[in-house]
Amino acid sequence: MDRSHNFAIQTQGLRKVYGTKVAVRSLSLTVPRGSIFGFLGPNGAGKTTSIKMLLGLVKPTGGQAYVLGAPSGDVRVRRMIGFLPEDFQFYKWLTAAELLELHGRLSGVPKSVLRDRVPKFLDLVALTPHRDKRLRDFSKGMLQRIGLAQALIHEPELIFLDEPTSGLDPMGRRLVRDIIRNQRARGATIFLNSHLLSEVEITCDNVAFLKDGEVIASRDLKALPEDEIRVMVRAAGLTPEMVSGLARWGAHASLEGEQLTFTARSTDVLPDALRHLIAAGADVYEFRPERISLEDLFVRIMGEDRGL
Amino acid sequence: MGCWIMATVTFREAAKKKILLTAASAGLAFLAIFAIGLHYQIEDFGLHSTPPFIRYQILSAMLMVGLYTVDLLSVVMTILTSVDTLAGEIASGTIHAIATKPLARWQILIGKWIGFAGMVAAYVTIMFGGTIAVGYWLGGVLPLNPIRGALLVLLECLLALTVTFMFGTWFSTLTNGVIVLSLHGLAFMGGWLEQMSGFTESARLVTLGIVSSLIMPSEAIWRRAAFEMETPLAGSLQFSPFADVSIPSWTMIAYGGIYLLVALTIAIGHFHQRDL
Repeated sequence: MDRSHNFAIQTQGLRKVYGTKVAVRSLSLTVPRGSIFGFLGPNGAGKTTSIKMLLGLVKPTGGQAYVLGAPSGDVRVRRMIGFLPEDFQFYKWLTAAELLELHGRLSGVPKSVLRDRVPKFLDLVALTPHRDKRLRDFSKGMLQRIGLAQALIHEPELIFLDEPTSGLDPMGRRLVRDIIRNQRARGATIFLNSHLLSEVEITCDNVAFLKDGEVIASRDLKALPEDEIRVMVRAAGLTPEMVSGLARWGAHASLEGEQLTFTARSTDVLPDALRHLIAAGADVYEFRPERISLEDLFVRIMGEDRGL
Repeated sequence: MGCWIMATVTFREAAKKKILLTAASAGLAFLAIFAIGLHYQIEDFGLHSTPPFIRYQILSAMLMVGLYTVDLLSVVMTILTSVDTLAGEIASGTIHAIATKPLARWQILIGKWIGFAGMVAAYVTIMFGGTIAVGYWLGGVLPLNPIRGALLVLLECLLALTVTFMFGTWFSTLTNGVIVLSLHGLAFMGGWLEQMSGFTESARLVTLGIVSSLIMPSEAIWRRAAFEMETPLAGSLQFSPFADVSIPSWTMIAYGGIYLLVALTIAIGHFHQRDL
């Protein structure tokens, strides 16, 4: 595998087996630098194990992984990596300010720099009034926010966020979303694992769908309207032949009474599809293209029977 | 630097544990009971006109019992405070936020070990110093080689600490605690069987004791510490539990030191390669 400096993460055939259980079958993905990358998949797909391999917490059984140009787990590169684990836990007797100072020092930030930076990051996650409160008195949402601050305190180039909005109220989610965008604006790459597809949809640039330990699909979310258009049609006189004829411009067509839905390949084909229906004799009352939601896309890719 | 930061935070973490508070309370209660017992015994000497020589021997024996209690408290406190530092943090995921920092895994483990070692050293120093001070203040008795004795007890605690760390890289908190306390129990039993051989002159008991000490040399280190601290006369009394009937050699103490280093190396090796 050629290492490219354009990518924050590159993996090829990354694999992890525990005894007879295959946790990650063959993970191959690339994450461009400076992007927000969503890592999606149902429970048990191997997302957490994959993140742990990229972070060096779990040793791969096979394959290759490069993080910021170095083999995954390289201790020197970790100075440039931030990580918010799912369900962030730490010593409960520490105060919020002490926690940030400790993690800053462990990440190699000088004490003199931390004097200014700790208040700044407490402010960033809206915990300044709680700077001297011990973690044992924090709510789940507050723990999540201080966990996010510890992942950012050393201003890393690559940030792994595992369910960052878990346990947060809508205001907290918006705060996290803004922080993620600001980090990207700073030039950082964000690797986001989240079950909240609506959050992923409005935050991420790219997503990869993981199933049974393999990336089965990936999408550039900014380009999504051009290649995944769901069209809702209300018309009289629709026949199965007219519906099957739409296959030239799209897929997944279904007819229920006067309601027809299908997925068009792009916006360019929409006039032709409409002309086809009218020419075939349908009385079209409504022809409404809609952007397919990430949730619908997820369900389609994973299959209807797989829950999140 | 990373090691030192981990050592500092671990020292603070250990000091915050309730078990340390309990051990400190138990230690204070022990010192109080020891002082009261010593005081009553000295008063009773007056009632029975005990000769000064016998008084001194009895008070010295009481001091040894006190120091033995300190030894037991220190070892148990060491095991119970450190039993979940690796196993518990791995299970809860706390270790993830540390192990993804620019620190080698050996730095994390050694840093934690140093933090606990500092806490154990402070506990042994305070408890040993307190017991000796009470013995001297009330009874005018001192152990023969208190510093050598205290250092040997510290070695015993560090050995227990290292074995706890080693098994903590493999097993859950509960399993780890059961294994380490069982090993210490085995050593304890072996040591007393060897001591009994002084009365029964059984070569097989001596062998059994030596084998137990080779499996876990903690009790052997205490018996050497006791030998170093007690007066020659008290040691020669065959009825005393601290009688020097079967004294572990310095070779056995060196074995204890090597055992510690090997256990620490295994702990580092396994922690380095295991998945977190």
